[in-house]
Amino acid sequence: MAWDRNQMAARAAQELQDGWYVNLGIGIPTLVANYIPKGVEVTLQSENGMLGMGPFPFEGEEDADLINAGKQTVTELPQTAFFDSSQSFAMIRGGKIAMAILGAMEVAENGDLANWMIPGKLVKGMGGAMDLVAGVGRVVVVMDHTNKAGESKVLKSCSLPLTGKAVVDRIISNLGVLDVVPGGLKIVELADGVTEAELRAATEANIVN
Amino acid sequence: MKKVFKDADAALEGILFDGMLIAAGGFGLCGIPELLIAAIKKTGTKDLTVASNNCGVDGFGLGQLLDTRQIKKMMSSYVGENAEFMRQFLSKELEVEFNPQGTLAERMRAGGAGIPGFYTKTGVGTIIAEGKEHKDFNGETYILERGIVADLSIVKAWKADPSGNLVFRKTARNFNPPAATCGKICVAEVEEIVPLGSLDPDTIHTPGIYVHRIIQGEHEKRIEQRTTRKREAS
Repeated sequence: MAWDRNQMAARAAQELQDGWYVNLGIGIPTLVANYIPKGVEVTLQSENGMLGMGPFPFEGEEDADLINAGKQTVTELPQTAFFDSSQSFAMIRGGKIAMAILGAMEVAENGDLANWMIPGKLVKGMGGAMDLVAGVGRVVVVMDHTNKAGESKVLKSCSLPLTGKAVVDRIISNLGVLDVVPGGLKIVELADGVTEAELRAATEANIVN
Repeated sequence: MKKVFKDADAALEGILFDGMLIAAGGFGLCGIPELLIAAIKKTGTKDLTVASNNCGVDGFGLGQLLDTRQIKKMMSSYVGENAEFMRQFLSKELEVEFNPQGTLAERMRAGGAGIPGFYTKTGVGTIIAEGKEHKDFNGETYILERGIVADLSIVKAWKADPSGNLVFRKTARNFNPPAATCGKICVAEVEEIVPLGSLDPDTIHTPGIYVHRIIQGEHEKRIEQRTTRKREAS
């Protein structure tokens, strides 16, 4: 047993605090918007130039001029504001965004994050991820703990080109929640049905008590 | 002063040359200057360096200029939607300078504002920082990034007036305003040119001083990821 995509997103949503401006990355992080706790009001920033991102439109109401950073059609809300890309990243770089929730290919025990390229194989680019991890108040990554071959993606040090150095605050994986602390990672929580021994076995990074 | 041209071909006349640097607005396929890109394709102007967040998709937007090998180098943040791009990049036919998205936007803004460089934390400790000047401010390390001044910028707006004032719509604004400012010449394509005096001066996003030529045209406005939700049964 472990958390599935939706359970990871629901757990990540518990990180949100009332009044925060938050940026959600592509993939599982996007699902976090479905689990925002009752009574917690957060404003979602989309780095292509929007604050106050609404849900997907009803069929037939899609607007080519209204998309999120994953290029998906979205809707606006009563509090929505639009702006250009330089202003969008001014608020990111300027520390106005409380938290970013992002995906990861690899995370290291010192908080290094790699999520933008595999040399010689996959070159998608970093998009806004480097700006986000350098600028926002808190960085939470949501990821599978291991790759398809069962090898740990939570490492002593990243093998892939970095997105940011010592930037991750918290890891939420299918196996549990870990914080980046001096000396390594600290277990905060185990996913349903996962034992501490299983989490440790799937983690290459040093775990401190 | 006459800024309005009859079509994209006419608006680009006398501007294009091989090896030039073009800054383009747009995010994904949203707010891209699709008519001007198609017109550049027709001219065959080559060895282009293009500063644009993305490079279109296969066969549409800037992807069209990849098919014809008119682009020598891209300055982009994300190119994951384009198989031909990936192929040309991995086979080293196409040069790519990856820029973090905010750094790319700020490089355009800075270039247009007469600022030759700026320091940012973005990319410190990554391959993006290699070869760049590092400097500490208040105990934190920053890297120097350079402003971009392009030979030409091509942008897409919703409305313009004949003086070149531009208004964008929703998230189609994106890179268009900073791109517009950083070109020595800026050509804008819009959905509608409205009479002088009909745009509220308080709502102009890009003042006409940045815009030298304007065309009105029909836009396909292709949607890249059509995502919807179900209506609740009533």
